[in-house]
Amino acid sequence: METLERILAQHPFFEGLEPEYLKLLVGCASNVRFDADAYLFRQGEEANQFYLLRHGRVAIEMCEPQCRPVRVETLEKDDVLGWSWLVAPHFWRSDGRAVEMTRAIALDGKCLRTKCEQNHDLGYELLKRFMRILEQRLQSTRMQLLDVYATHR
Amino acid sequence: MPLIAEEIEGKAGVSDPMLPQACRVAEIVKETQDTFTLTLEPREGESLARFAPGQFSMLYVFGVGELPISISGDPERSGRLVYTVRSVGQATHALVSRGPGEWVGVRGPFGTAWPLDEARGKDVLIVAGGIGLAPLRPVIYHILRHRDDFVRLLVLYGARAPHDLLFRKELTSWSRTPDTQVLTTVDYGGVAWHGRVGVVTTLFRHLRLHPDQTVAMICGPEIMMRFVISELREIRGIDAGRIYLSMERNMKCGVGLCGHCQYGPYFICRDGPVFPYARLQHLLERHEL
Repeated sequence: METLERILAQHPFFEGLEPEYLKLLVGCASNVRFDADAYLFRQGEEANQFYLLRHGRVAIEMCEPQCRPVRVETLEKDDVLGWSWLVAPHFWRSDGRAVEMTRAIALDGKCLRTKCEQNHDLGYELLKRFMRILEQRLQSTRMQLLDVYATHR
Repeated sequence: MPLIAEEIEGKAGVSDPMLPQACRVAEIVKETQDTFTLTLEPREGESLARFAPGQFSMLYVFGVGELPISISGDPERSGRLVYTVRSVGQATHALVSRGPGEWVGVRGPFGTAWPLDEARGKDVLIVAGGIGLAPLRPVIYHILRHRDDFVRLLVLYGARAPHDLLFRKELTSWSRTPDTQVLTTVDYGGVAWHGRVGVVTTLFRHLRLHPDQTVAMICGPEIMMRFVISELREIRGIDAGRIYLSMERNMKCGVGLCGHCQYGPYFICRDGPVFPYARLQHLLERHEL
């Protein structure tokens, strides 16, 4: 049977992470499963997790002015979902909804924040990895804003 | 209008690149809300010039205007020419409003082709955005017909929204062929859309590329191509010499005489539309061009 520690070690987000850090992280990790259409989180709720996706697909949804949801991004196997747990005041900025049945490892943000405060090396390592994800998402959002396929171009 | 068609009918097949050949609309298929695929056939007893994937024709809607349109059909199916056209202005609207049996003037094919010889024995990475899939479709047809000549076929395709995705049935059918990976995404999706959402560059994270064994062919809006090239070079390690792109400018004569499509030292109609990225690199970085 696969242990959580092994699953964490094999996820691309934690590639090359020191085993001692993995041991610290595994105490904050749990297996989760979401049915299609289930919400992983809703905008405005406290953000106390992030997810390492193992199977399925999750949509990030924002509300249009009349609150019709628009899918602005989807994430799937090997992706990392959620950074609000890291940035105060720790509230989700969007909805996260399973497009299909999804399996993931959930990492408890409160537990992780405590461990990062106690071990700044672990905190710095996690920050570096999250910054890479944030930079990629920022670039994608900028390209999305350009609306490159619009007719008026 | 029919008078003009009749005038040029008898002269089809002559080698004057400025003289249109009258072709009949055999079929017109609505692909999306604003994009249509036209199949043109020559008059009985006449033939059409062969084309290479990536080339374009000048299509003349009599009395309205002439447009450069890339050929989107199978290069090995002779006797017809297929074009996919997005209706965005007066001339394109007039073109896609032709009904079966109506006449269209065709000049060409013109321009450079995708580097299929160079891609032989390698992985072919096709990255298309919006209607940019149309000029690349002949490459896909060619590869699927000559499957043993190439290693993997990787197709990344992005569109604005689900209803803008072109050739959806074909995308599904291509994805079922061996050694082929087809990934599609849209910039925005509603809750009814269960596919991927995100810009086309986000698809790269689902691929394992072999930079030394890959030839990349890109077609789409210029901004999108810049983002894709940046991803290919800076993150995926693909050398500039292995990247090709198809450029678009306001082409008029099609043969490098009028200068309308000048891009730095090049005429897109004659020296392109398909260019090795290495030739354009210095120009693409200049905003005023």
